[in-house]
Amino acid sequence: MTPLPVSIAAAVASFLLLVVVFELIRSRRLRERYALLWLLTGVVLLGLSLWRDGLNTIASWFGVETYPPAILGAIGALFILVVLLHYSTVISRLSDQNTILAQRLALLEQQLREGATELSR
Amino acid sequence: MAELAEVPAPPRDAVLAQLAELKRIAIVPALNEEETVGRVIDEIRDLDPGFDIVVIDDGSTDRTAGIAADRGAHVVRLPFNLGIGGAMQTGYRFAFERGYDVAVQVDGDGQHDPAQLPAILAPVLTGEADLCVGSRFAGGSGYRPSFARRVGIRLFAAVVSAVVRQKVTDTTSGFRAVNRKGIALFAADYPHDYPEVEATVMCVKHKLRLHEVPVEMRERGGGASSITALRSIYYMTKVLLAIFVGLFRRYAVPQEEEHR
Repeated sequence: MTPLPVSIAAAVASFLLLVVVFELIRSRRLRERYALLWLLTGVVLLGLSLWRDGLNTIASWFGVETYPPAILGAIGALFILVVLLHYSTVISRLSDQNTILAQRLALLEQQLREGATELSR
Repeated sequence: MAELAEVPAPPRDAVLAQLAELKRIAIVPALNEEETVGRVIDEIRDLDPGFDIVVIDDGSTDRTAGIAADRGAHVVRLPFNLGIGGAMQTGYRFAFERGYDVAVQVDGDGQHDPAQLPAILAPVLTGEADLCVGSRFAGGSGYRPSFARRVGIRLFAAVVSAVVRQKVTDTTSGFRAVNRKGIALFAADYPHDYPEVEATVMCVKHKLRLHEVPVEMRERGGGASSITALRSIYYMTKVLLAIFVGLFRRYAVPQEEEHR
């Protein structure tokens, strides 16, 4: 069985995560689109911290008999991996868009310069 | 189209006469709508040749921008797809910077019939509303969405009605008209991703007056809906989250000079 202090600490930590994410959305420092995965992480971890029998059951599925909270860590790590992978795709998209913007801007400047040269003749 | 008769006839000529005094623009967001965007522009001009039209091409890979430019519309080509929210806000920025008094949103896919614009414009022109939305469910409409869609539409209508303390039937309609106040607000701040529901709530929170009028919408003329089955779960979650968080934000009445 999961020691009670571990359950409490895990519940408090995941609740804090939820509060911080909520406040970041509210103050517009985090867009809903990028907050959803974090909220899901917080809700799942909070649920598993509070539902101690459930955590035991899940632990036993994976043959973890001695220390069920290890599963909490594993699930947390899994979610962090998913969030990181998601961010990698986001960064890739951003860098593609950045290239397009730089190219467009350079072409525009070139057009403007040529226009100015023609006018001054 | 026998159902059309049930929609009360708007005072079309009165609206058009009043409109003639104002600087007015139709914002047409379009993503790969080469089959329909030309007709949409023609139909807006048929209603009122004095309507300026700006087509926001949200990264089309077809001839959408060329067709719109050939018909004399202003064409803003976004360098890549921003999504409907970013595209619409581009239109509102255009309208704000050029000093338009009134703006309407008409989708480039042909589902909005510009002939119904007078009904949507009327409450805005008389000063009863700052934002007027054409609703498919406010009156005797023949529109029958699929079951899943109906559930989502009901849910959004219930949530939004509760939040804005006013009956709202069609929260996802993009067939709308706004006055200068609305243009200024949307130019300064417009929701991302799926914007219509949040924009409706945002308006009321900013003390803008919202009206709905019944409209008929047509089948989409071409292209594909931006909302596929897989995305609808993300859509619902994201919008509900945004509305919920929005309840805890403070809002101010927008000011003309606040941004630029």
